[in-house]
Amino acid sequence: MPSFWEGVCYNRKMGKEHPALVGIIATFVDIYNMEKFTTLKSKAIPLDIENVDTDQIIPARFLKATDRKGFGDNLFRDWRYNKDGSVNPDFVLNDARYSGKILVAGDNFGCGSSREHAAWAITDFGFKVVVSSFFADIFKGNALNNGLLPVQVSKAFLSDLQSCIVSHPETELIVDLENQTISVKDADLSEDFEIDAYKKTCMINGYDDIDYLLSKKEKIEAFENAASN
Amino acid sequence: MGKTLFDKVWDAHVVDTIENGPQILYIDKHLIHEVTSPQAFNELEERGISVFRPNQIVATADHNTPTLNQNQPVKDALSRQQLEQLSKNCKKNDITLYELGHKYNGIVHVMAPELGVTQPGLTMVCGDSHTSTHGAFGAIAFGIGTSQVAQVFASQCLLLTKPKSLRVSVNGKLKKGVLPKDVILYIISKLGTNSGTGYFCEYAGNVFEEMSMEGRMTVCNMSIEMGARGGMIAPDETTFNYVEGREFAPKGKDFDAKVAYWKTLPTDDDAVFDKEYTFDAEDIEPMVTYGTNPGMGIKISETIPKDDNPSFKKSLAYMDFEAGESLINKPINYVFIGSCTNSRIEDFRVAAEFIKGKQKAKNVTAWLVPGSKQVEAQIVDEGLKTIFDAAGFELRQPGCSACLAMNDDKIPQNEYCVSTSNRNFEGRQGQGSRTILASPLVAAATAVEGKIVDITKHLN
Repeated sequence: MPSFWEGVCYNRKMGKEHPALVGIIATFVDIYNMEKFTTLKSKAIPLDIENVDTDQIIPARFLKATDRKGFGDNLFRDWRYNKDGSVNPDFVLNDARYSGKILVAGDNFGCGSSREHAAWAITDFGFKVVVSSFFADIFKGNALNNGLLPVQVSKAFLSDLQSCIVSHPETELIVDLENQTISVKDADLSEDFEIDAYKKTCMINGYDDIDYLLSKKEKIEAFENAASN
Repeated sequence: MGKTLFDKVWDAHVVDTIENGPQILYIDKHLIHEVTSPQAFNELEERGISVFRPNQIVATADHNTPTLNQNQPVKDALSRQQLEQLSKNCKKNDITLYELGHKYNGIVHVMAPELGVTQPGLTMVCGDSHTSTHGAFGAIAFGIGTSQVAQVFASQCLLLTKPKSLRVSVNGKLKKGVLPKDVILYIISKLGTNSGTGYFCEYAGNVFEEMSMEGRMTVCNMSIEMGARGGMIAPDETTFNYVEGREFAPKGKDFDAKVAYWKTLPTDDDAVFDKEYTFDAEDIEPMVTYGTNPGMGIKISETIPKDDNPSFKKSLAYMDFEAGESLINKPINYVFIGSCTNSRIEDFRVAAEFIKGKQKAKNVTAWLVPGSKQVEAQIVDEGLKTIFDAAGFELRQPGCSACLAMNDDKIPQNEYCVSTSNRNFEGRQGQGSRTILASPLVAAATAVEGKIVDITKHLN
């Protein structure tokens, strides 16, 4: 276990604190909003649009809720539905040929507002991974804090991936977080991806930042005392 | 090697560094509003954690508030519940809240600087991407997600990897009619919407040095539109003069001591940035956007460029514009002057100066939405309201309003709106609405003429 996981880890569902048990707990229990992520094999949905902003992912008029649930119904609302509420058959999420837990999006995904509702909407819809050649900072952080893995690949690989899925919608992708690879099943198409080592540990074990920060209270108070002198 | 302004403020707030991992950064001020905080309060409650430093949090209601009849109960049930939830959460956790109608209420990025909450050298966060605004004071200020709002509630800290450094310098003399909004729209049009991703940006050069604090806030506000988490401008006499005497600013000897510290913050001469860009002030003209991201901007006198990229074409199709087209003489039915980018007193002074003695065009609905109760009061005190009323403009009550159209201030489908806000995304100002970003001056001129005009030809 990396050095930064010394101290207390907290399991929300169990409501217990126990440093030695945390690994075991994380193996068997789904934590409140941070599900563990190791490997995912799934079909994918291609969204070949660049600069998808968070207003498209979840329009502001749906941000009035005070809990985290149900945002998936309005994911890409104004692309999925026509103004009269009817389904827009041209939008990829309404295309019966495509399904799966992986969204393969265009460059600069998630730009715009800091609304975490965007990450909630994507996970609530059922996605576990978003693939793009570039992610906006805040969205990337929000995704990681919600167990949604942003996989950043090269533009060339993204383009190959898009073509592959469009020509064969049944294509399965394999996202292996441990080895940091994304590949197309039964094809010679694979790429490594980067992820912050700390965030990787969090994703694999279902840990989150609050757990860690709470274990550092003494240091934080010492910092405050030093700053006020 | 010397340090940048960003390095100095960042390094002074590092509580701990995790080996091969992020740093724990201490947050001095946490601003919250009704939309991105409720889930964070819920999370704390579910975990049985209390708010660690409630006196370092300031709350306001802004995103989801009506801009008419604020003295009456909010009509929309969901909006009302969200506002009530904020009041309840603040009361329960002993957090200062300037709720709807309070004399200090306003858009979070307008009211906090106005009250002196924003100061040089601080670390500030808010669940809103335009928190970058506060960097105008030489503070590290950035937007965070709701999970991070909960982290700051719980520990007054965040786990962060230090971003890279970027400097954008603009030197020279700005042309007449070129406002701070044009400067930042120009920069974003040149650098694109993701050039700043992974970076914190410092704006340097005489153009920013000569800007008012309001202008600096407009610039830093839109840092996120080029992907940068935050933007900063070195604090100087303009900054100190602005902060001095404000409600929560340090007083007397404390203020003098702070100023002495703030004077040490500007970037050292030998500091090195990871990336640098330089522009000439003379090259900048009044700007307008023609597409669906803030990087799609042109000088008002230019034509829309050609590009075969499918996303670019999709964007033009949404706007119903064509490559090669000029926006001059485009009929416009909606004008919005407001938002955390341009709703400060200076913005309304610029608009009023142009509007004075003229009439709003009949086809135009023009909403003027001040950033705060204090700005609203100033508009009245300075006689600007009289000018707006006489010209047929509607002065509304403070809030985020038509910038994101969470409330009833929505631009109808297929209508263009010349807007002083920060985002021209599809449907941002209402389903199917088409946003053209511009300065308050261009917006005011559009409202008077009923169409986009080359503002430079209307100035003496």
